Amino acid sequence: MSSINYSEKIPNNVNLADDRTLQRALEQWQPNFLSWWGDMGPEGSHGYDVYLRTAVSVDAGGWAHFDHVKMPDYRWGIFLTPGQEDRKIHFGEHKGEAAWQEVPGEHRANLRRIIVTQGDTEPASVEQQRHLGLTAPSMYDLRNLFQVNVEEGRHLWAMVYLLHRYFGRDGREEAEALLERRSGDADNPRILGAFNEKTPDWLSFYMFTYFTDRDGKFQLSALAESGFDPLARTTKFMLTEEAHHMFVGESGVSRVIQRTAQVMNELKTDDVSKIRAAGVIDLATIQRYINFHYSVTIDLFGADQSSNAATFYNSGLKGRYEEGKRDDDHQLNGQMYRLLDVQDGKLVEREVPMLNAMNEVLRDDYIKDSVAGVGRWNKVLEKAGIDVRLTVPHKAFNRQIGTFAGVRVAPDGRVISEAEWQANQAKWLPTPEDRAYVASLMGRVMEPGKFANWIAPPAMGINRQPVDFEYVRFN
Amino acid sequence: MNGPVSIEVLKQHLIDPEICIRCNTCEETCPIDAITHDDNNYVVRADVCNGCMACVSPCPTGAIDNWRTVLRAEAYSIDEQFTWDVLPAQGTTADDALRAGQAEGGVGAQAAAEPAGIEVDTVRGSTVPPWSAAKPYVNLYTHKAPLRATVVGNYRLTEAATESDIHHIVLDFGTTPFPVLEGQSLGILPPGTAPDGRAHHARQYSIASPRDGERKGYNNISLTVKRVTQDYQGKRVDGVCSNYLCDLKKGDTVEVIGPFGNTFLMPNHADSHLLMICTGTGSAPMRAMTEYRRRRRLKGATGKLMLFFGARTQEELPYFGPLLNLPKDFIDTNFAFSRTPGQPKRYVQDVMRERAADVAQLLRDDSTYIYVCGLKGMEDGVLQALQAIADQHGLAWETLWPKLKRDGRLHLETY
Ligand SMILES: Cc1cc2nc3c(=O)[nH]c(=O)nc-3n(C[C@H](O)[C@H](O)[C@H](O)COP(=O)(O)OP(=O)(O)OC[C@H]3O[C@@H](n4cnc5c(N)ncnc54)[C@H](O)[C@@H]3O)c2cc1C
Ligand code: SF4
Ligand code: SF4
Repeated sequence: MSSINYSEKIPNNVNLADDRTLQRALEQWQPNFLSWWGDMGPEGSHGYDVYLRTAVSVDAGGWAHFDHVKMPDYRWGIFLTPGQEDRKIHFGEHKGEAAWQEVPGEHRANLRRIIVTQGDTEPASVEQQRHLGLTAPSMYDLRNLFQVNVEEGRHLWAMVYLLHRYFGRDGREEAEALLERRSGDADNPRILGAFNEKTPDWLSFYMFTYFTDRDGKFQLSALAESGFDPLARTTKFMLTEEAHHMFVGESGVSRVIQRTAQVMNELKTDDVSKIRAAGVIDLATIQRYINFHYSVTIDLFGADQSSNAATFYNSGLKGRYEEGKRDDDHQLNGQMYRLLDVQDGKLVEREVPMLNAMNEVLRDDYIKDSVAGVGRWNKVLEKAGIDVRLTVPHKAFNRQIGTFAGVRVAPDGRVISEAEWQANQAKWLPTPEDRAYVASLMGRVMEPGKFANWIAPPAMGINRQPVDFEYVRFN
Repeated sequence: MNGPVSIEVLKQHLIDPEICIRCNTCEETCPIDAITHDDNNYVVRADVCNGCMACVSPCPTGAIDNWRTVLRAEAYSIDEQFTWDVLPAQGTTADDALRAGQAEGGVGAQAAAEPAGIEVDTVRGSTVPPWSAAKPYVNLYTHKAPLRATVVGNYRLTEAATESDIHHIVLDFGTTPFPVLEGQSLGILPPGTAPDGRAHHARQYSIASPRDGERKGYNNISLTVKRVTQDYQGKRVDGVCSNYLCDLKKGDTVEVIGPFGNTFLMPNHADSHLLMICTGTGSAPMRAMTEYRRRRRLKGATGKLMLFFGARTQEELPYFGPLLNLPKDFIDTNFAFSRTPGQPKRYVQDVMRERAADVAQLLRDDSTYIYVCGLKGMEDGVLQALQAIADQHGLAWETLWPKLKRDGRLHLETY
């Protein structure tokens, strides 16, 4: 029935079979991965047949192959977009030189650090989401969760391949360590803060896939420009999969809003207690979730000024988003960038050399992209005739990293006192009561075509299947 | 009566702005750069998209899979699409035109009867290949990673004195694989940039040589390229890619993507018949198929070849000489010239009607496969001729047509 090639242990387009040592090394890593998946992958799901998209090759016909597959049998493969002959490094001080096919000695440590940091986020999100299957609002959503999970697993594979293939012994050790850290573990946590937060409920999951996986899109896009060709090709292919994750988030939140709007119109009310009594999530709570996830995620881009980021750019390791489509000199010497700062209790702009502001440049591109999507959510409200509009908070709001760490800023961008912050925090960020209320809505809905009361059905099914398709078969 | 249905309907490919998450996957995937975006929307260029569907399954949202029937002249421009918040409803213009066709019993009848009214162009022909076709490779080379081919020949096919400048161009791939089947096409990336500063989009050309090479046993293919010097309205413009190709010299290199096409393919079983109808450069795939059959002419093979070939004059017909040299018992060739001085205009559909009895004979046979290729405008006329011939000979077109389509036996490729 299925035409996936199951005979290949590790499906790949990198001629793994020709490199016996590497193949053996990865075959040794594989059981550890599977045992990590068994322990930390989606809880209680191993026996289900899930309608998954599997990449079987990188061309348009091969990477979106749909079939019912048991998750532990998913083909976690190694796929790189086809190489471009004579590809040149197109930014930084090596601009114009041939892209590297092997790791240059002087950039080894930095490249490894970039790859490990990226790689660490992949299993982390699987761990963060492992209990969500138990409370999925529909079979369709459950399938999407599992799809996100297996692809995060594949992205881990992609990074592990790079570590094994290009970084020798320390690469292998880093690859082991990726399976040893645990999200939220006090002793051995994941590297980045946001990946140690809990994803306790589905609203959080949608927010996470909307905001935090979009961080993934921007980080991967920046790496897809890399002068280290294998990294560029790997991340390029990962981007096509990341798109689905953002879709889950964007459409998920959108469906929550749609359902809330519908109930508000039916009951002709905007009274939070009535809306909650009807079993849907009030818009103020949705706004607080946005505030939280947005601010936590923009911290992921790092400090506003960073000499590391300058080095990464200068040495051709990590470009800007859509570097190839920009028409400056791609070296940025002498160019300036405007950063926000706090002076005398006010936000002010300040110019710094652009090279030192690369994190901020990427963050600003991310912000533009995020805001556009929130605009699309507002269209749902507009269409329903409700005048509330959702917004993202000011970028200085609730930050833990960079200039604004420790500075209290209101969502509208006013620098405020600690007292004002304390007085309003519950208005701006999800409270324990909000979380408890959202948690109270979570219950499993598993009949094909049925959806939990707090969320609207999607506009269409996956891969043009009907919405009531049997996306997951519980055998 | 079978009144002429002179409308040009297009099944326009659109993206639903309400569902699309602007993830760029489709733009990355489209092999011929038909998709572009601004800050607001992702959109498809109607004049570039060929409905290959390569973008459809990778799209994570399904937003990409939207189609509207429009009159070609009224296709939504990309600037219009950039401003959309929601998809327009299926417009009425094309529907009305189709209904008019239906009232006249024209070729639009079937299409207008479709419930959603949006399946027009592709439903006219098969969306599946013949059962015995070999399996094609597609999209091996993309615009991100194109293949460089060397020009090893470039000859003018049409008489020097004529306006119509059609070239036979041979490309060699050296040792790099570029496996093709008769009926497939490839894309050429012309050098330079369009006025908007982006690289030119790829242009498609049918492959004119059989699967074993323009020269048998060599890794080369040929193309039949017409120099475009005026647009469809007759206004003077120099086509970007066709002029570039026609001016290439031996030894030059070109960037190639593809191959494309997985349905317009020939049957491989020896007793299958080919009914081929083409105009101008639409002869390219017919030449490939004919040449394949000629090279493998087997004793006892019963498959027949019948060709209807239109051009303005004999001098403007590519491959005229070589065609005449093919044995009569191998291929039944019929020319239609529309501009021979002193003679009435004759189009392929007129000549088909003259040969109605033989065409009907082929239509009656389940082993017959029909191929139509050339300018978009020929499609209606040819389908009407087929309908008339079938109906006259007691082969209800109404039932024959869907059967041909379903069985992978009616293939249309017009541009
Ligand atoms: C599946 C497929 C197969 C094709 N096979 C062949 C083939 O075998 N041989 C071949 O020569 N062409 C073929 N074409 C057409 C080819 O792809 C180009 O459209 C053609 O060469 C014109 O490209 P250009 O860059 O020169 O013109 P452009 O610069 O793209 O266009 C210039 C102007 O001319 C108009 N125009 C475009 N094409 C034509 C035309 N054919 N006649 C009149 N006006 C036109 C355009 O609308 C535009 O206004 C095929 C097209 C498709 C979709
Ligand atoms: S259908 Fe094919 S040509 Fe059209 S936009 Fe999609 S990928 Fe491009
Ligand atoms: S792939 Fe689909 S969702 Fe993504 S930009 Fe294209 S149409 Fe939109």
